Amino acid sequence: MPSMSRAPVMVRDAWLRRMCQHPIYSKKYHLEAHLRGRATKLRYENTHLDTIFALSTHPGKAGIAVIRVSGPQAKSKHDTGYITNAKTEACFNKETNVPANKRIVRQGDSDLVPRAFENDKLDLTEVEGLADLLNAETEAQRRLALRQADGGLRNLYDSWRTQLIQSMALIEALIDFGEDENIEDDVYDNAKRQAAIVSPIPGTTRDVVEVSLDIGGYPILIGDTAGLRSSKDEIEMEGVRRAQDRISLADINIAILPVTEFLGTSRVLSDNDYTSSGSSQGVDPIVLEAIRRNPKTMVLINKMDLSRSDTDNIMSKIRSQLWPEADHGQSNGPEYMKGRGKEDLSNSNKHRLWAISCQTGDGIAMFLQDFINMLKERFETSLTSSTSITQYRHRKHLENCLQSLEAFQNLGVDDVVLGAEELRHAASDLGRITGRVDVEEVLDVVFREFCIGK
Amino acid sequence: MFQVSKRLLLVSHSTTVSGSSRSTFSTLASRSRVATRVLRHNTQVWSTQSRHTGQFRSVTLAASQALPPTPETSYDVIVVGGGHAGSEACAAAARTGAKTLLLTQKLDTIGEMSCNPSFGGVGKGVLVREIDALDGLCGRISDLAGVQFRILNRSKGPAVHGPRAQIDRKLYKKHMQKALHEYPNLTIKAGSVSDIVLGAEILPPTPGQNTVQGEIKGIKLESSEVIHAPKVIITTGTFLRGEIHIGLEAYPAGRINEEASIGLSDSLAQAGFELSRLKTGTPPRLDGKTIDYSRLTPQHGDMPPLPFSFLNKEVANAHNQLLCYQTSTNPKTHEIIRNNLHKSIHIRETVKGPRYCPSIESKIMRFATKEAHTIWLEPEGYDTDVVYPNGISMTLPEKEQIEMLRTIKGLENVTVLRCGYGYEEAAAQGILAGINAGLAAQSKPPLILTRADAYIGVLVDDLITKGVEEPYRIFTSRSEYRLTLRADNADLRLTRKGYEAGCVTEYRWNAYQRMEQEMNRGIELMSEFKLSPAKWAEYGLGKSDDGVKRSAIDMLSFPNIKMEDFYEAIPELKEIDPFTQAKIEVEGAYSVYLRRQGAEVTAFMRDESMELPSDLDYSVIPNLSNENRSKLERVRPATLGAAKRIEGMTPTSILELLKYVQRTKRPATMANGEPIRSGSRKERLRQRMLAKEF
Repeated sequence: MPSMSRAPVMVRDAWLRRMCQHPIYSKKYHLEAHLRGRATKLRYENTHLDTIFALSTHPGKAGIAVIRVSGPQAKSKHDTGYITNAKTEACFNKETNVPANKRIVRQGDSDLVPRAFENDKLDLTEVEGLADLLNAETEAQRRLALRQADGGLRNLYDSWRTQLIQSMALIEALIDFGEDENIEDDVYDNAKRQAAIVSPIPGTTRDVVEVSLDIGGYPILIGDTAGLRSSKDEIEMEGVRRAQDRISLADINIAILPVTEFLGTSRVLSDNDYTSSGSSQGVDPIVLEAIRRNPKTMVLINKMDLSRSDTDNIMSKIRSQLWPEADHGQSNGPEYMKGRGKEDLSNSNKHRLWAISCQTGDGIAMFLQDFINMLKERFETSLTSSTSITQYRHRKHLENCLQSLEAFQNLGVDDVVLGAEELRHAASDLGRITGRVDVEEVLDVVFREFCIGK
Repeated sequence: MFQVSKRLLLVSHSTTVSGSSRSTFSTLASRSRVATRVLRHNTQVWSTQSRHTGQFRSVTLAASQALPPTPETSYDVIVVGGGHAGSEACAAAARTGAKTLLLTQKLDTIGEMSCNPSFGGVGKGVLVREIDALDGLCGRISDLAGVQFRILNRSKGPAVHGPRAQIDRKLYKKHMQKALHEYPNLTIKAGSVSDIVLGAEILPPTPGQNTVQGEIKGIKLESSEVIHAPKVIITTGTFLRGEIHIGLEAYPAGRINEEASIGLSDSLAQAGFELSRLKTGTPPRLDGKTIDYSRLTPQHGDMPPLPFSFLNKEVANAHNQLLCYQTSTNPKTHEIIRNNLHKSIHIRETVKGPRYCPSIESKIMRFATKEAHTIWLEPEGYDTDVVYPNGISMTLPEKEQIEMLRTIKGLENVTVLRCGYGYEEAAAQGILAGINAGLAAQSKPPLILTRADAYIGVLVDDLITKGVEEPYRIFTSRSEYRLTLRADNADLRLTRKGYEAGCVTEYRWNAYQRMEQEMNRGIELMSEFKLSPAKWAEYGLGKSDDGVKRSAIDMLSFPNIKMEDFYEAIPELKEIDPFTQAKIEVEGAYSVYLRRQGAEVTAFMRDESMELPSDLDYSVIPNLSNENRSKLERVRPATLGAAKRIEGMTPTSILELLKYVQRTKRPATMANGEPIRSGSRKERLRQRMLAKEF
């Protein structure tokens, strides 16, 4: 039996020497411990007689350490498979029924996943879930990968697939039986409505400059917009329009405003003057509107180092300026500073406001902590529903699918055949994830829904 | 018992390519089947191989036949049955140069249209064009015998246009018989087949199985006469153990008033073919003199009508087309049917009927909320009063049929000439079987049509990989390449292939080449003629202002641009034949999509080119699920692509199949005798990639 705390073993000779030097073996895992009780004395050399081994996965980011063992006696030692921790092992053994230690080291087969795949244990999406696991960049991704290995994504894809088949049935009925009496005129529009349900596929972003970050174990994709500002310049307004599009697509919006925008030019110190200086003198209304409209927005007030007055006081004033209609009765005091409190995080209606200074670094750690807590709160649940798309291939097919659906939506009623063609492409792309959409499935719906034939 | 391996060629007829979206029963591959695996279009061997153990009754071994073959009793190909499939099959075999015999129960029923007297329709019209492109007969005969021609789906784009014609039964029969009697290499003989004859060279028994294999050698007639041939095509359609049901009565019959061929059915059953019945129905035939057309909506044919055949510029009866009329059932009709459902054996039985042409009884049961079903009253010919009421096939007893019909508008005083009935049939395929039987008998390579080539390819592949659970009917949705497989380009897709295979006559080939040259010239002219949007606007074709130069062909992909629009810019186009111009117009209109589809076809052909050995032992392939293994064993797909299309096939199984076949293709050992691993790293990576693409 594999030890509960060890990594599974796969093999790669060429990596032998390097592996010996790798910290993972010198520090955390002692090789001798891995192969304890083996008759053969292991050597860190590449000879043809000894049993040799090497790390074969990427050190550092691999969810599972894969060590390849090779040599005349390696085959008899195929129970040298270990798994990094109990959780992962549970995944492999329980979820996929891969007897890890039996499969991994055998006749030079150096890939666990195809093995399980070959043995009918997994379907395609599940295998890809495992592939993600092996490449998991971050802890959160690993958990997502595990969920996908459960086949959770399949439910979602299958529901899209069903919807698409419905839509195809309508349009195919129109084409093949359009001369029949019982095909109603609005079938084409109906087909479009059906397809529209599938269209808002998450994870399809376009033409945005993005940076991916690992924040608290979560893979975060940050899209930096050009910012919002009222302008007459057409080119600038195009940038603003794109920024707004991006804002509406984002899971979380962060607005960074300099504290100076809320304050009169030189009267930063005077509370009274500040109060009387009116509401949005410095803040562009387009920004205010975006913040108010979108409850997901986190507002960071930057350049606090320029403000010399009491932070609590300023922030509470900024708060009332940003959300004048909100009731601030119970959120007085330095709550913005302690916004990480559970109560605040769990209440999505509460506005979020942080005072930071990029110059001095004040408040940034606190914001990050709150940010991570919020990520955890929000995305633990969406990991459960597994709608994030972790695999490039899935993403690509879904994007293609979406593209075809959009093309379908844009075609006129005269182009019913081309519309059907687009739908077919959409279904074929989705089918590459969940399994092909066969024409019989479409015909079944056609004959069930329409009284066809004379 | 006998068991037949899958290499058997059995083609059973029925209305090969008749009907339409409007026609009830005509199905391309005909209605039902005799064998689960009747057609294997891409095998080189077109012979029947039967295995038998112990007893056999009517299957006759040639070894027991005393008479040796003589030139009079020996042919390359025998076609049994003279319906649509049989006519095409025997003509096609003869065209390839094979000495062919057509055997039919009665000479005067050759070319009989058993059900709806029509040809073509959506999807099916393309098939008729494809048959014509391979120099088949039905298109040309229909042009001679049609009484009303219409293009269905005219509003939906040329890819799904469905040419259809209402046919005069008698004219069709007359012209078909004339054509066949004059056909070179073809002999026609009346006779009833009682047995198939299996070869003398029986293979040694497989150890432990006590089976022997025989090869088809010919057929035996009820007169005990034996006719020899290495290839036999059976196209007996509904006659193979057919039954007719009217009300609660059921009796064996081929068509109404014609006998079923029971003997042959038994022979085939004993040879191991799986025989099963599928049901369909036919409506009662009405006396046109007793119909009041004055209150019904007439339906006119197209003017001018478009002929089916590439060789024809016009149809015989263009100016003498008949009218069809539209009427419908009503709640009263439905009530009578509902009250008498228990009197129909057809409804009570569980035999599976086609989903696409339910009987009126089924329609009323399944779509209870519908208050009316459309009926088309279609004339059966010029010199007959028989009217075919399309849409109300039924099997109620005669009295109830008349009662029900008289509730329908226009039919208040109708007289029924013949009752509607349900009949079960046997099935399969025509022209391709004839071509390949003929080619095989002469040891020539076969004509293989894939799903990307023709609807014929779609049909054959569907029948093989999906099996038949209902009478097969083609739909345009069955094709993955609908924009490519069109009625207007059937000849461009197939005539060259057919000519190269040897089933297209010089006459058609010359006509085709002229068209092809003209078309290429037209496309060349239009591709070279490029203008900026501003310049196009000067010709009244201002469709875009993006400054991109476009050729005349590119311009065709914009909506509502016709060839005539270019006459001013490119006057030479006017000289091109209008039929050819129409082809160019469609190609241009779809050019963007056709390019994309071309890429898909390439990917498809990659899978199709990966052949699976026909004797592949699926039991030794590791890690195949039992379900998939048995499916593969039953279907025996010829290519990896065909294997993928088998229903329920998992990506895993395909991957295993691929790996196994690739492994066994290569030398099994390295130079030093060591067994090689299951492929190089690169190879395994490739396989994994393939699996993902699945």
